[in-house]
Amino acid sequence: MAEIKVDCRGQTCPVPLVETRKALRKAAKGDIVEVIGTHPPSKTEIPMAVKALGLELIDVQEENGVWRIRIRK
Amino acid sequence: MAGKIAIIVHSGEMDKVYSALILGNGALAMGMEASLFFTFWGLQRLKKGALEKAPLSKMNMLGLGKWMVNRRMKKAGAASLEKMLQDFHELGGRILACDMTMQIMGVKKEDLRDDVISEYCAVGTYIDEAKDSTITLFI
Repeated sequence: MAEIKVDCRGQTCPVPLVETRKALRKAAKGDIVEVIGTHPPSKTEIPMAVKALGLELIDVQEENGVWRIRIRK
Repeated sequence: MAGKIAIIVHSGEMDKVYSALILGNGALAMGMEASLFFTFWGLQRLKKGALEKAPLSKMNMLGLGKWMVNRRMKKAGAASLEKMLQDFHELGGRILACDMTMQIMGVKKEDLRDDVISEYCAVGTYIDEAKDSTITLFI
């Protein structure tokens, strides 16, 4: 199983959400997608998308304004 | 897929085309289906090389306002209209081009961005898409 990293630091709406979706589409079942970003609303909206897509949210962490979201497809 | 969004893109100004593409991409990212029906001034933006030429709907000031907004958007890390259009297409969004506008405004198929257009159609197709949509908008 692969781990895919998506770096959206410094990017705003809707880029983090769209880049997350693009990575999830390309991922295989079981792969982990890790998204890193700084856009505050995306920290809550990416988990919303994960829920809507019926995928597993592994965890959400934040340190010094940089959040890290891990999703399992 | 949970739900669908169908937007009529009637306006051709930069800020309004941005709104349509942000909503369309957001919906696709949330697992919805999305269709954008480009008509009238909106369709002009699907001409080859015309997307980034859109003026602002307010305070364009012969392009000075647009230049300022573009600079601020770049600083904020916003995506270009072209990237949004490509992302929309890549995520499976449908772009519908209004056939009647093409006839009225003398737009030929070869003038348009065939690389992203899914269908050249009329009101029937839009209604067919919209009747099953949970969100419909006119921009």
